[in-house]
Amino acid sequence: MREIVIISGKGGTGKTSLTAAFASLAENFVLCDADVDAADLHLLMQPATRHRSDFMGGSKAVINSALCTGCGTCIELCRFGGINDRFQVDAIRCEGCGVCVDLCPVQAIDFQVQRCGEWFISDTRFGPMVHARLGIAEENSGKLVSLIRKESRQLAEERGHDLIITDGPPGIGCPVIASVGGATVLVIITEPTVSGIHDMERVVDLASHFKVTGMVCVNKFDLNLEMTEAIEQLARKRNVALLGRVPFDPVFTRSMVEGKNIFEYGEQTATQEQVRVIWKKIIRSPSMNPLGIVDFKATIQ
Amino acid sequence: MIISVASGKGGTGKTTVATNMALALGEKVELLDCDVEEPNAHLFLKPQITRTEKVETPIPLIDLEKCTACRKCSDICRFNAIAVVGKKVLVFPELCHSCGGCMVVCPEKAIVETGRELGTISYGHRNGIRFINGRLRVGEAMSPPLIRKVRAAADPERVTIIDAPPGTSCPVIAAMNGADFILMVTEPTPFGLHDLRLAVGAVRVLGIPCGLVVNRSDIGDQKVFAYAESEGLPILMTIPFDRRIAEIYSRGKAIVEEMPEWKERFVDLYRKIEALATSRSGASQCVK
Repeated sequence: MREIVIISGKGGTGKTSLTAAFASLAENFVLCDADVDAADLHLLMQPATRHRSDFMGGSKAVINSALCTGCGTCIELCRFGGINDRFQVDAIRCEGCGVCVDLCPVQAIDFQVQRCGEWFISDTRFGPMVHARLGIAEENSGKLVSLIRKESRQLAEERGHDLIITDGPPGIGCPVIASVGGATVLVIITEPTVSGIHDMERVVDLASHFKVTGMVCVNKFDLNLEMTEAIEQLARKRNVALLGRVPFDPVFTRSMVEGKNIFEYGEQTATQEQVRVIWKKIIRSPSMNPLGIVDFKATIQ
Repeated sequence: MIISVASGKGGTGKTTVATNMALALGEKVELLDCDVEEPNAHLFLKPQITRTEKVETPIPLIDLEKCTACRKCSDICRFNAIAVVGKKVLVFPELCHSCGGCMVVCPEKAIVETGRELGTISYGHRNGIRFINGRLRVGEAMSPPLIRKVRAAADPERVTIIDAPPGTSCPVIAAMNGADFILMVTEPTPFGLHDLRLAVGAVRVLGIPCGLVVNRSDIGDQKVFAYAESEGLPILMTIPFDRRIAEIYSRGKAIVEEMPEWKERFVDLYRKIEALATSRSGASQCVK
């Protein structure tokens, strides 16, 4: 099983638009949207949900006022400032550590499992898709990412697919770490701005920290050619494969408005060819074909 | 007064709005970069950094001499950060949430605390604007404790502008909780609107007044304007798509410095926020 995870560090560089475009070029794959707290891929995929499950995350403390004696032990123990002086739990501050629950001398504190979101297995015109929605202001996004990546893998195995394309979250924290572990390659989408290059460097650090191969694609490259060259230089220095450049093309926004990817939108642009070349570079890269075998299935048969 | 600049979707212009508003207002403000996973505000504010310190979170350290492998510590830990295997106690530092439960329950007092590095906090200034940013260590998963440390360094005497991370989950909440006003920066595209709805939902959980800045206001499908109208969200500023602005941004320059006509607009944006944050009617806008 091979998994391409698309990340960026900085938000808004074009991860989802390019993931959707790759969906038109790939074959026999499962789509996975791992940006669970601001998932957008479904807006371009219009998935028909076949299966829905609740995502049960961590638990939160709830004080039963009828049993509480107001001894103050919980307030003293809580390191997150989650309990006020009227012995009410602030659900936003509660970390779910359960220390107050275990150590309340009169067992007045309940520990209720929270429904932190939901996840889906759906059908799209490109094949199956696994996606999720984290509840608003919820925690445990990393846990949910791990869950849907596991489900994607299982689904791919069931369907006899050997490829997963995962649209990742921005940043380098919890949900990103949950997205990169065990990935075959990380496709890093950046843009030629001071923040694009700064954030890409942190993602490259993350890729090497977790020992996953990274590859870089410069989106909107024509906004600042000098910066594009600086990014490419940095990529070479860091030994990260360069996939190519995608121009700043309003066709991305226009096709997004129609709920389509750039290949479906029906406007022939040079951008399509560039995205096609980038996809070929990814799929034919040595990291994706560790034994030099491009089509593993055909080889076995 | 604390203004948190958030968005839901990434790349809509949070940092642009936060840094330009800070530069337009000048001396009385401070800028807190709470997007600790990918801090960018310093690239545009260009502050002189005077001090950088390491930030740690406590994690348990087991004294194996005293430990009897009673398993009380692994039993209380909800995060699987401690495991007892035979007579051995294993600590997984990266899973620890620093609740201190293991230390409290250990009957042998065999647990003390050491630290796990979360990242760094830097302090600096530019033209009298105070600047603080947090920078998450690469490989560290938990950003909220570092964000809270950055927030704790705020000066209550100043107008605090917070550059928040994207998304709607715990890091964003840590950057918005307790603010007097949330300024949402969005773009009129389907992705922008979808994520804005989620972010507004998060703001409503917190019950903080909020308003919108629509960036690249002339691209996309304009549905965000109808949404704002139906939800009673005031649009405090629109920034049309302008290749010059995109290029100024790409080079790490400030709009208010390169296109001085924008300075008054950002001052005006602040005045509108001030009026909404302090008036009763403003407070009701986002607290449905």
